[in-house]
Amino acid sequence: MATKLKPVDIVLVGFGWTASILAEKLTQTGLQVLALERGKFRDTVPDFATTHIQDELRYAVRDGLFQEPARDTLTFRNSMDQTALPMRHLGSFLPGVGVGGAGVHWNGQTWRFLPEDFVIRSHTEQRYGKGFIPADMTIQDWGITYAELEPHYDQFDYLCGISGQAGNIRGQIQPGGNPFEGPRQRGYPLPPLKRSYATVLFDKAANDIGFKPFPCPAANTSAAYKNPLGVQMGACTYCGYCEWFGCGNYSKASPQTTVLPALRQRDNFSYRAHCDVTRINLDSTGKRATGVTYVDEQGRQFEQPASLVICCAFAQHNVLLLLLSKIGQPYNPVTNTGVVGRNYAYQITSAVDVFLDDIMNPFMGAGALGQGIDEFNGDNFDHAPYGFIGGGYIALWTTGGRPILQHQLPADAPKWGAGWKKAMADNYLKSASIATHGSVMSYRTSYLDLDPTYHDIYGDPLLRLTFDFQPNEIKMSQFLTDKATLIAQAMKPRSFHAKPRTGHYSIIPYQTTHNTGGCAMGADPKTSVVNKYLQCWDVPNVFVMGSSVFPQNHGYNPTGTVAALAFWAADAIVNQYLKAPGPLVKV
Amino acid sequence: MATNPSRKVALQLAGSLALAWLVSACTTSTPPTTKPTDSSNAATVARGKYLVRVGDCASCHTAKGGKPFSGGFPVPTPFGKIYSVNITPDRETGIGNWTEQDFYKAMHTGIDADGSHLYPAFPYPWFTKVSRADDDAIKTYLDTLPPVHREDTPNELPWYLSWREELAGWNLMFFDKGEYQSDPHHSAAWNRGAYLVEGLGHCGACHTPTNMLGGSKTSKRYQGGDAGRQWFAPGLGGNLRDGVGGWSSAEIVEYLETGANAKSASAGPMTEVVMNSTQYFSDADLQAIAVYLKDRPQASSKSAPDTKALGADALARGEALYIDNCTACHMPDGRGLARVFPPLTGSSAIQADQAGTVIHVVLAGARMAAPGSKPTGLAMPGFGWKLDDHEVADVVNYIRHAWGNRAPLVDADAVAAVRKNILPEDRPSHDATTVHADAHARPDMWNRRPNKLEPAQPSSSALR
Amino acid sequence: MREKLGATPNTRMQAAPPREEESTLSVSPTRRALLKATLLVPAAGFLGAGLLGCSTRDAGHARFTSEEAEPTALFFSADERAFVEAATERLIPDEEDGMGAKGAAVAVFIDRQLAGPYGHAYRWYMQGPWENGIPQQGYQLKLTPGELYQTAIRDVNAWCRKNHDKGFIALSGSEQDDVLHGLESGDIKLADVPSKAFFTMLWENTIEGFLADPMYGGNRNFTGWKLVGFPGPRYNYVAEIEQYGKPYTKPTVGILGRDPNRRMKG
Repeated sequence: MATKLKPVDIVLVGFGWTASILAEKLTQTGLQVLALERGKFRDTVPDFATTHIQDELRYAVRDGLFQEPARDTLTFRNSMDQTALPMRHLGSFLPGVGVGGAGVHWNGQTWRFLPEDFVIRSHTEQRYGKGFIPADMTIQDWGITYAELEPHYDQFDYLCGISGQAGNIRGQIQPGGNPFEGPRQRGYPLPPLKRSYATVLFDKAANDIGFKPFPCPAANTSAAYKNPLGVQMGACTYCGYCEWFGCGNYSKASPQTTVLPALRQRDNFSYRAHCDVTRINLDSTGKRATGVTYVDEQGRQFEQPASLVICCAFAQHNVLLLLLSKIGQPYNPVTNTGVVGRNYAYQITSAVDVFLDDIMNPFMGAGALGQGIDEFNGDNFDHAPYGFIGGGYIALWTTGGRPILQHQLPADAPKWGAGWKKAMADNYLKSASIATHGSVMSYRTSYLDLDPTYHDIYGDPLLRLTFDFQPNEIKMSQFLTDKATLIAQAMKPRSFHAKPRTGHYSIIPYQTTHNTGGCAMGADPKTSVVNKYLQCWDVPNVFVMGSSVFPQNHGYNPTGTVAALAFWAADAIVNQYLKAPGPLVKV
Repeated sequence: MATNPSRKVALQLAGSLALAWLVSACTTSTPPTTKPTDSSNAATVARGKYLVRVGDCASCHTAKGGKPFSGGFPVPTPFGKIYSVNITPDRETGIGNWTEQDFYKAMHTGIDADGSHLYPAFPYPWFTKVSRADDDAIKTYLDTLPPVHREDTPNELPWYLSWREELAGWNLMFFDKGEYQSDPHHSAAWNRGAYLVEGLGHCGACHTPTNMLGGSKTSKRYQGGDAGRQWFAPGLGGNLRDGVGGWSSAEIVEYLETGANAKSASAGPMTEVVMNSTQYFSDADLQAIAVYLKDRPQASSKSAPDTKALGADALARGEALYIDNCTACHMPDGRGLARVFPPLTGSSAIQADQAGTVIHVVLAGARMAAPGSKPTGLAMPGFGWKLDDHEVADVVNYIRHAWGNRAPLVDADAVAAVRKNILPEDRPSHDATTVHADAHARPDMWNRRPNKLEPAQPSSSALR
Repeated sequence: MREKLGATPNTRMQAAPPREEESTLSVSPTRRALLKATLLVPAAGFLGAGLLGCSTRDAGHARFTSEEAEPTALFFSADERAFVEAATERLIPDEEDGMGAKGAAVAVFIDRQLAGPYGHAYRWYMQGPWENGIPQQGYQLKLTPGELYQTAIRDVNAWCRKNHDKGFIALSGSEQDDVLHGLESGDIKLADVPSKAFFTMLWENTIEGFLADPMYGGNRNFTGWKLVGFPGPRYNYVAEIEQYGKPYTKPTVGILGRDPNRRMKG
């Protein structure tokens, strides 16, 4: 029996990047805002302190900062004719848990999607004809344009102190930047990071081929920074422990290092840790949320009434919450009806390892220290000859040289034994890896629903993921891998090892934590769960954040877009919704 | 250099016996009464509230987790814990029955309404300088607080100090009674600064060395002193090395306003002082304090300490520990990161005569002040769990001697003495009570758990 | 400012208020100094005579210990430990340089991992029903890592006795390699567990024990890190990152310092 609590105005489910951004904006209205976080509170000191955070085993290998499958996981299968089985330990992707969410353990690779990405279906049909899009590919326009989102990308850049080199300021192409990016209103707040040796070699090789390499935008500060909220950040010291770790010296943007100190000053904001939201409660009409129910760490159930509920959990978790709360019509791939769970997507990655003569010192790095090219992303090139849709960036990142998980060996190196040992000794310091980071389109058969068999610790069904790489993605990824191989060869290595992504999607090896979809945004309620303001079509006092609203996934890391959408939605809530609570888009 | 704990106990004992002998010769007197103040009004209340912050009354008169100004905070003294009293207007347990005259007498003479001597943990040797009008405003403000019924906590003092009449003898030696008198040779700002620093601000209570009886060594005024539990409050004199002689007026103002400037950052008790007190000072008052502090003399004959005893081996050990543990923030050259991580080079806090604060921070870590104007609250983690006392001594000696720094040497015993004085609240934690704009109004902002939830009650919402 | 200071050599506050002449509390400065002197000097002398020799040693002096050469096993039986020592030594051989799994005490690392939360699958979803599934679905065994080791070691030894008439540790090095290859490929079928699953876990844990921070019991003497050239967790490469092609020269360091065998006490 849930204890009913005193109402608040706005409840945020989860307390990561999107909740922090929303809380900061929404508390400015004077309303009471409460964030409910299933994990614990965490801060730079003591949790990510320099005294102990550089522990590869504890954090990267044993998943120190990630979701515990014992409490919450999902089931997975490649196709509808298989039986989905639980993801028993983490592998392919690593959702966060605790205050700051995955924003604590990300690398800081902060991109914007291309203007064409937001209108991918109409743009593709216009340029290549309707027949170019496979019948089972369910890509759709976002219902929002790059131009609408640009001010909010800018807000996030300046919140985080992004280090980078602009490539397009108000239509003017800038030397040294990414000439393919959408126009931005101003340059990055900080100059690019220092370059590692490997990125210098990549830069030269890419230039030699005729590509236009640029320093990848980084949420690792290249200098001390004070953001518009007055929050101070340190400067990156290239320790090489970003991804899967918290930052110990305040130089990687996270909710903790950019927003929380400001929120701490707001009396009308509060949060509760160890509170696992299990339901969004609806009134008898089913059209209005009355608050949420959550379970605390002692297993007690509470009902928290609120006038506005905003889902800010990790992508799939938002979808699970909607399904369990019976908000929106669940997607059915057989009848091709319903929307919640539809259009799950991911990203497809590959690598070309290069083995060089010189010492690269790979352990000196930063999560977003990279040099990249964008010639083959989105629709930056003519797809007609290739017969696939989408693309991705190619970059050489020097994120670090943590030896357990970040060593590369030549293709012919023995898998173990004396030969393995020799290969490790010969190559660890003299290797680098070029990554391709490709888009994954949405398909009728890629989706999320409730598992019929497996349950979480509360007895609720686990989310079921049905997903596989489709021929379009395999073809596209091979294309990117071939281009990356060209650059690898131009780096004049002793040897290189191309590792294209082939075969079925597997839940085992880590690929990327860029899971998207299931709660797509759009202009049509028949194919989307939320409108362009991220407001639920069916229950207007519920909003959904995060990459769950992506209708498909494009060729860049998603955090920049996730954050920009949160700023955009906050704007809509403050300037439109609060003035006249109700649907912001009428259809 | 090392403070031997046994030694301190012996000192206290010897001193106390002598004190007991001395006091029998002395008597107390009642000060003359002065005129009652004008009736309370909003302006007086506001001024009183400001003055209560200037005096940092909340820091001592509010216990951790307790109701504001209801007392019960253990003030650490070399002699034992003295618990602050309830100064809310509760008539039975607070000071609701006190007249303004009673209040003035306590502030001015250290004698409370029923004639008992107050322990100088209550800084009446400074508060005596506060004007009658300011004392009245403070009392007027305190009377507007919600009364809290909380009996005072008995002090934890040795039996021979529980006889308060002894304090008359203490006063005879160490207490100069009397309101601040303006010095016509100095500017109004200088005088205002002196009034605040020497009076209500009671800076000298920590920043002046005390003798073994807890009296300030007036001959060493502002040369740095004991701030409790081995915290050392660095000198405020004109010394370049271990004073504020190298600070500009603007840097003094910035430090008091935000807890940090280009030269240093607050830690420990000073972070609390900034958060509870100095961040609220008016610009004019901060400027006045800077004028006054910039006019403090250098300590006489303060040449750099002789450090030949620190051998090359010890320096090398210290340097290795520094490179391995400290450079993420303070950088290999000890310069830190401008206005983010404080520099160690040339820092008066690092080169303070006694290393207590430096050792404290190395062992337990510290969080900088986080006022609204500078909200970050950057923190340093504690290294006490991974460095032993010898290593802490090595690294402390290194940072006090590298880059041209100079300060007396420390040894492992000195580190051990600090280590046993560390309390859980010294460690930067999630329960950031000391980093709130109004710490005591929301004591556990970052630590709200369901057991503190309020049950449902009728409420109106802007959204309903 | 400085000139003014010179004019007031006495550090007493210049602006001190005049004394109230009528108060009996007032004492002349001279008399006060005398009082203080009487009190403080003998007290200090008394102290100096008797108590300086006393010193309290704090736990902070001795919070660490050095790892013994052969620490007690926390999880494995003697047989299991011997198996893991032998197998990991084949996976990363010491050869002449001692820079292998044995030198790095990888078996000690694995023993401790299996004794802790990892060995008990503390974070894993371990609810049924249990099905084998397809390879892409990952680990689907009902066994915790600790149980997998115990079961597989028993099964491998049984397989070796059946095919070689002796247990794994009694086999020659090349025979042991053959067994490991058979487990890796799945060609050797074990009675109770899939051999590939065991080999995968064993090899992953071996790499971990070779390259994790030495405070976990493996990577003894920084063996693994020194082999590859990793300097350990360091936090500042600002001055070095642009020194292209130059070896990094600072000594190897672990989370507990430059002594690789340092352990927290207790």
